[in-house]
Amino acid sequence: MSNIKLESNVPEGPLAEKWTKYRGSMNLVAPNNKRRIDVIVVGTGLAGASAAATLGELGYNVHVFTFHDSPRRAHSIAAQGGINAAKNYQNDGDSVYRLFYDTIKGGDYRSREANVHRLAEASTDIIDQCVAQGVPFAREYGGLLANRSFGGVQVSRTFYARGQTGQQLLIGAYQALSRQVATGKVKLYNRHEMLDLVKVDGKARGIITRNLLTGKLERFAAHCVVLATGGYGNVFYLSTNAMGSNVSAGWRAVRKGALMANPCFTQIHPTCIPVSGEYQSKLTLMSESLRNDGRVWVPKKAEDAAAIREGRMKGNDIAEEDRDYYLERRYPAFGNLVPRDVASRAAKTACDEGNGVAPTGLAVFLDFAAAIERYGKAEAYSLGLGDNVSDAKIRELGEKVVEQKYGNLFEMYEKITGENPYKNPMKIFPAVHYTMGGLWVDYNLETNVSGLFALGEANFSDHGANRLGASALMQGLADGYFVIPYTIGQFLSKEIRTPKIKNDSPEFMAAEKAVQERLDKLLNIKGNQSVESFHRRLGKYMWEYCGMARNAEGLNKGIKLIQALREEFYKDVFIPGAADEYNPELEKATRVADFLELGEVMMRDALNREESCGGHFREEYKTEDGEARRNDEDFTYVAAWEWDEENNINLHKEQLEFNNVELKTRSYK
Amino acid sequence: MSWIISFLKSSIGRKLVMSLTGLFLVIFLVVHLIGNLQLLYSDGGESFNKYAYFMTNNPLIKASSFGLYFFILLHAIQGIIIALSNRHAKGSKYAVSTNANSTWASKNMALLGTLILAFLCIHMGDFWFRMKAGLLDMAAYDDIDYEVANLYDRVVYSFSQLWIVIIYLIGMVALALHLNHGFSSAFQTLGLNHKKYTPIIEGLGKTFSILVPLAFAIIPVFIYFTK
Amino acid sequence: MNLQLKIWRQKNAESKGYFETYKVEATEHMSFLEMLDVLNEQLIQEKKEPVVFEHDCREGICGACSMVINGQPHGPMAATTTCQLHMRHFKNGQTITIEPFRAKAFPILKDLSVDRSSFDSIIQSGGYISVNTGQAPDGNSIPIEKDLAGKAFDAATCIGCGACVAACPNGSAMLFTSAKVSHLGLLPQGEVEHKRRVKNMVEQMDKEGFGMCSNTKACEAECPKEISVENIARLNRNYMNSILTGE
Repeated sequence: MSNIKLESNVPEGPLAEKWTKYRGSMNLVAPNNKRRIDVIVVGTGLAGASAAATLGELGYNVHVFTFHDSPRRAHSIAAQGGINAAKNYQNDGDSVYRLFYDTIKGGDYRSREANVHRLAEASTDIIDQCVAQGVPFAREYGGLLANRSFGGVQVSRTFYARGQTGQQLLIGAYQALSRQVATGKVKLYNRHEMLDLVKVDGKARGIITRNLLTGKLERFAAHCVVLATGGYGNVFYLSTNAMGSNVSAGWRAVRKGALMANPCFTQIHPTCIPVSGEYQSKLTLMSESLRNDGRVWVPKKAEDAAAIREGRMKGNDIAEEDRDYYLERRYPAFGNLVPRDVASRAAKTACDEGNGVAPTGLAVFLDFAAAIERYGKAEAYSLGLGDNVSDAKIRELGEKVVEQKYGNLFEMYEKITGENPYKNPMKIFPAVHYTMGGLWVDYNLETNVSGLFALGEANFSDHGANRLGASALMQGLADGYFVIPYTIGQFLSKEIRTPKIKNDSPEFMAAEKAVQERLDKLLNIKGNQSVESFHRRLGKYMWEYCGMARNAEGLNKGIKLIQALREEFYKDVFIPGAADEYNPELEKATRVADFLELGEVMMRDALNREESCGGHFREEYKTEDGEARRNDEDFTYVAAWEWDEENNINLHKEQLEFNNVELKTRSYK
Repeated sequence: MSWIISFLKSSIGRKLVMSLTGLFLVIFLVVHLIGNLQLLYSDGGESFNKYAYFMTNNPLIKASSFGLYFFILLHAIQGIIIALSNRHAKGSKYAVSTNANSTWASKNMALLGTLILAFLCIHMGDFWFRMKAGLLDMAAYDDIDYEVANLYDRVVYSFSQLWIVIIYLIGMVALALHLNHGFSSAFQTLGLNHKKYTPIIEGLGKTFSILVPLAFAIIPVFIYFTK
Repeated sequence: MNLQLKIWRQKNAESKGYFETYKVEATEHMSFLEMLDVLNEQLIQEKKEPVVFEHDCREGICGACSMVINGQPHGPMAATTTCQLHMRHFKNGQTITIEPFRAKAFPILKDLSVDRSSFDSIIQSGGYISVNTGQAPDGNSIPIEKDLAGKAFDAATCIGCGACVAACPNGSAMLFTSAKVSHLGLLPQGEVEHKRRVKNMVEQMDKEGFGMCSNTKACEAECPKEISVENIARLNRNYMNSILTGE
């Protein structure tokens, strides 16, 4: 176990002034020196594209890598709901402090105060920047920006572009990046996958990539390396992540000495379309905004639920008094709008009790009938139709209102399931959506490996144990546009005398050779099972033992199963094709190999954290009425995991200090 | 001036040439049709022959007819160049072809245009060339003191042959289809697309593409059956 | 359901492609790509090379899927990407022909995967607003008419999949280019450099080897985001304006 001291490097001073003061006093790199400094950015999602563009604007020589064919395909594009910002345009009492507080509380007090406050400060600049770039946010008739509210908070601070906010923000960042590519300040390498990190004298100095079309390995050197490679939700196989989303860049960094922080903190999103069969490749999210109007329920009687599962009855056949609106029953204050982790666990409980409504037993209803009726009546009233309106007319009017609000989501639901959600209640179930954990970083977003930075979902820093809706986009862009361009200077200002890093030093050659050997090893196994089949099995173990509810017995079992699976993988995986060609199966294999290691670390982390907080729910640690029980005395720390050279998994801790907020039990009752 | 050349060589510039020449030819069709409808008069061709004389001897019309020839050639040559370069840009075709996403005519403008061009060659060879080369009989009328070419006789002679009538019918079907897409397409290329007005232009285009070729087609059929 | 798949196989950009026929058993709940997953698993079990096709988000937004199904990019359903197309729209026993997007500017890389980086080049030539990070005024300092913002949004929903080029008999990229020009040009923020942008983007589009628009509107019909050819008309007039009135 290495002797690693985790310094958060949070600047001194009052919380609200830390960032401003720090920014004003940090070391700078002069323009003539910036021209001589190379920066590698891996990933072109919101964090990566915004960082690469901004660093290019500042004058650094940026080399940006994506495994996609184009930066615009990064999975940030799929975010639907919106982006938070403490603009207080609605005059409803929002402020930087309130956004900070909501984020800390929503994260169940497991994130770093100073980082979160900086995020809240940057949030307002993000909106300005994006508007200037031409992001077509929703507007009011007066021409000013519109807002909507999102789960878990009491103000309306979410900016949005219909149900495609992530797409519009990513395109904004992609355009800014494209502009820098055109000037030559940023060099874009598409279809290049990072397969290793190269350290020289303890500092991150480059990466080894594989050209995914030719299979050629290449060595890229720079003064520092920035990873913006997203989350690792795909370790569960089924998730709302894109098929290609993976942990490999981050995991390779871990294998070179970086630490993985809080890996067990996984967000399970409550409103996804349920699994329909064994062949299922991914899960589709339905925006959280649906819970503003939908009521969640399951049948009260097990025999009714069974009848629905077997297709003998439909949701509408169940009488009102035989329905259990369990969120409204258990959490009267917040009802259907409880935070994501709470809503997800409640759905699991309902299904565990035998009341699930899909053939698999794993689904609950999200019902819009009440909203349709309510909107229909209001509409009839405003049209002056009087009291003698038929029920059919009310339904028709109500459906129109619901269509205006959620039309594209309803359409998507119908496309996927073939069922009409206006007529029958939707079936939903929680699915893995976001990973709060990630590479450990300090206040500068630098990992414990000098010169290696991590941004966006790839780091652990801002969301604690649970992320609030519409905060992922905010964090990605804050890190890329407004944090890293400053904090990278703290490292690079010490490197202005460092000449151009050579990519043929022994360290680079050795790293390239090791990657080559790793690929050859995989290809030479020539077993009988597909990569996909291993990934599916891994996902099942993860979901079963490290999913919505965890316990020590299951986690111990899960760890053994993963170890055995890893062994089996290296004995029996079959990868068709060769290393020197366009070979998606080989790409998948390297990613799954890394997931097989990460999965174990996640379970270790979950096992170590003997408390329930945010997305991490240990069945042994709950209150009498089944709610999460946090243990602030023993676990107010960041668990940062090391995978050392002898393949030992070691825990390092960063104690979290809360000087500005009081640690309270979250209650939504 | 290099900007003009680079504009005309750009994809949008080329299309603009097609659009403007096409619209000019649309106007010509109307003028041509009005004149030709005189063939349906039962005056033994007098008014038609006088009209033909006027059209070939008035200096102003003579001058503008050179413009017409130029635009026809420009439209045809540019069309061929565009079609070839588009074919090259497409590369290979799909194994399954479908009309689910667009009309047949819109995808076969070059084929239709070539048919029309071939028709035009036959048409002009038969009438225009004979007239210009002085191969037609002359006709004298009381109210004028000079002889005019008896184009009417030639028309009646040509349209008394079934195969020529059929060629004209094919030509007019090709023209109808070409206009069916081309009329509104020309406006789209000019950048004129508006939620309110485009449906009107499209309606006008469809009507035009049926009525004008139909009126032209009536002439040979009428003459074949009546003369 | 039992299906017969006629799939285009091509080893790499240089080699000649051919159709190969496979049989696969699917269920109606599968997405089209999941059906191809089943085929690939089958091929791997037989130690054969699976079919390469691009895909990523599988929720209709990343724009990675690039196949032509029975002659139509993204298949027979309107406003639907291949990943969102489900097998319930096909019949038991049906033969489905699957080809890559075809256009000179989208060279085939392998099987059903094509190179669409020409789209990136078009964006790089001017598909942005020149504003550095930190230079922006307050978001509410530029009021924008709601309908105008909506129009810009409609154009901005383009996912860059290239179905427009694939559907076009001329391999033209006018819908893609015009959508970006419209998105940025309609907004006051983007108006400042509008003329320059239009000129540069059209020139780049021509340079990349895309064909010329002949207004077949196949692009609009196949666009999974239903982007209108109104944008093409706008690009036409903007380009003429940019050339005729620009300095």
